[in-house]
Amino acid sequence: MSTTNKPVIAIEKVKKVYAMGTNKVFALRGVDLVVEPGEMIAVMGSSGSGKSTLMNILGCLDVPTEGTYVLDGTRVDGLSRNALADLRNQKLGFVFQGFNLLPRTSAIDNVELPLLYDRSGRKLDTRALAKQALERVGLADRLDHQPSELSGGQQQRVAIARALVTQPKLLLADEPTGNLDSRTSIEVMALFQELNDQGITVLLVTHEPDVAQYAKRIVEVRDGRIIRDHPVATRRSAAADLESAARSDSETVADVLEEAA
Amino acid sequence: MKQSTLLKVASSSILKNKMRTLLTMLGIVIGVGAVIVMVAVGNGAQLQIKNQISSLGTNLIIVMPGSGTPGGVNQGAGSYNKLTVADADKLKRDGTLFAAVSPVVSARVQAITPQGNWRTLVNGVSTDYLTIRDWAPSSGAFFDASDVASGRKVAVLGATVAKNLFPGVDPVGQQIQLGKVPFTIIGVMAAKGQNAGGMDQDDVILVPYTTAQTRLSGNVRIGQILVSAQSTEQMAAAQDEVATIMRDAHHLDGADDDFTVRNQTEITEAMSGTTRVMSALLAAIASISLLVGGIGIMNIMLVSVTERTREIGVRMAIGARGSDVLTQFLVESVVMSLLGGFVGLAAGYGGAALLGHLTGWATSTPLSSVVIAVGFSAAVGVFFGFYPARKAAGLNPIQALRYE
Repeated sequence: MSTTNKPVIAIEKVKKVYAMGTNKVFALRGVDLVVEPGEMIAVMGSSGSGKSTLMNILGCLDVPTEGTYVLDGTRVDGLSRNALADLRNQKLGFVFQGFNLLPRTSAIDNVELPLLYDRSGRKLDTRALAKQALERVGLADRLDHQPSELSGGQQQRVAIARALVTQPKLLLADEPTGNLDSRTSIEVMALFQELNDQGITVLLVTHEPDVAQYAKRIVEVRDGRIIRDHPVATRRSAAADLESAARSDSETVADVLEEAA
Repeated sequence: MKQSTLLKVASSSILKNKMRTLLTMLGIVIGVGAVIVMVAVGNGAQLQIKNQISSLGTNLIIVMPGSGTPGGVNQGAGSYNKLTVADADKLKRDGTLFAAVSPVVSARVQAITPQGNWRTLVNGVSTDYLTIRDWAPSSGAFFDASDVASGRKVAVLGATVAKNLFPGVDPVGQQIQLGKVPFTIIGVMAAKGQNAGGMDQDDVILVPYTTAQTRLSGNVRIGQILVSAQSTEQMAAAQDEVATIMRDAHHLDGADDDFTVRNQTEITEAMSGTTRVMSALLAAIASISLLVGGIGIMNIMLVSVTERTREIGVRMAIGARGSDVLTQFLVESVVMSLLGGFVGLAAGYGGAALLGHLTGWATSTPLSSVVIAVGFSAAVGVFFGFYPARKAAGLNPIQALRYE
């Protein structure tokens, strides 16, 4: 991991305007955000708040209409499509709500995929790196399984391994627990916390307050602006939640969570 | 992305949809197969005609009697025969571009043997005739210069005559009566088959022209003179030389030619021109099916792009450039059409052989059709794959990821 003090993300006065016919839709109305290495941030907001637009811009899938974006020391706004693609490949790891694994493709092939688009010219043992990434998310015994042969939680782990395999500066997770039941959600959050403890910067978008409580910092977005940005006072440990759920095995995880709250 | 990886990605996606790939390929298979079979049939026909015509003789120039116009009434070709053996001798003596010259004295006679009789054509020729017709006896020998000089009564039978008059017996050494004159058979010619006009070239008896003139036709005029040019390139010059020598021999300063000179290439060109048009037509019709096959590929690739919109979005999100996606889909369609091309090639070869076997048509598959088939199927893949691939490459990753 980088030991320099430069922030992973630094955006300033970012605006995004969409033209819908003759109307202009202001998705972002001036957002400033700085994310330092090692942070774990949850971006919260209802639908239409602009959090998806923010996510797309942070993920270099979209460019701001106005304002500046510096990702790990690289100025992003104004870059070409190809440069954005290379940046996504080198510095970012994506985790989606719907997993988005390639169907009928083994776990290891899925994880290997980002390395195949590597244009840095370095020699990579893509197979070995993909295997390591899967081992890191606890799926060493599922290398050759296809997505259809894996549970939802396992699929999301494969997706996380795919995001990790390029050793990105930032892990971007868009509603990573949206398609999972509550127990599996906690398992996945435990994995994110574990990875964050190892030094990986994580930014996740969620609308579930429970899930946001596992982060270190919460940023709330509404009407295209950041309305609150605060550290999490009592951060929850997903691993501990899982343990207490296992102890009181007659109860569902949801009950445990309710009790703890 | 490396080439090997690209091929791997393309082939894995092709293999994952086996049925669809097969059906898509079928269009190309049929297209390429049809082109190859049609080219084979057309090519075979052309080759057959070429063989038949060259069996008439090598670099053949034919001098025939001209047309006479007594009292202003043109009597048509051959009506005004002024060809003589002296003309043939002069051509042989003065010609510089000729490989061989032979007069032909023809007569239709009844050939009679103790076993039976047979009406056939007797051609009185010189020893040069063998060179001109590229022909040789299969048993016995041909007559030599001394036979010609002294007008000996020796005959060489064509294969058809030998078969009909001497079934199962070697005719060499036997006697044969041509008209009223007895001849000794000294040889039998190798079978030559039908000529381009469907006439049996083996239904003939060859005798020295001197003998034919004195014993059979009783006429100093001769039917035609055959001349063989030294090479195909010199055909035109040789033809001019024939005309010059003939005009000189007939003392025609300023008067119209009293002879006609024709050559074999004219006949060849007329006939192979027809077959060329025919085979081009066949190939054109077959290419339409290749075109339809190409449209099939485009259709499937478009469906595939739509169906895999999310996959494209994911690939872009994890760092694929537009060009990576473009190449992937292009390689996919080219691999598919090339595979189809190879299968079609095999099917075409098999089909041509089978057709030749069943119908007895001559088929010939030139090596160039392999190159053309493979080249064309690759071109079809690129051409019809490009639009879908570009569509895929131009997708907006955000919308692609959200696509349901």
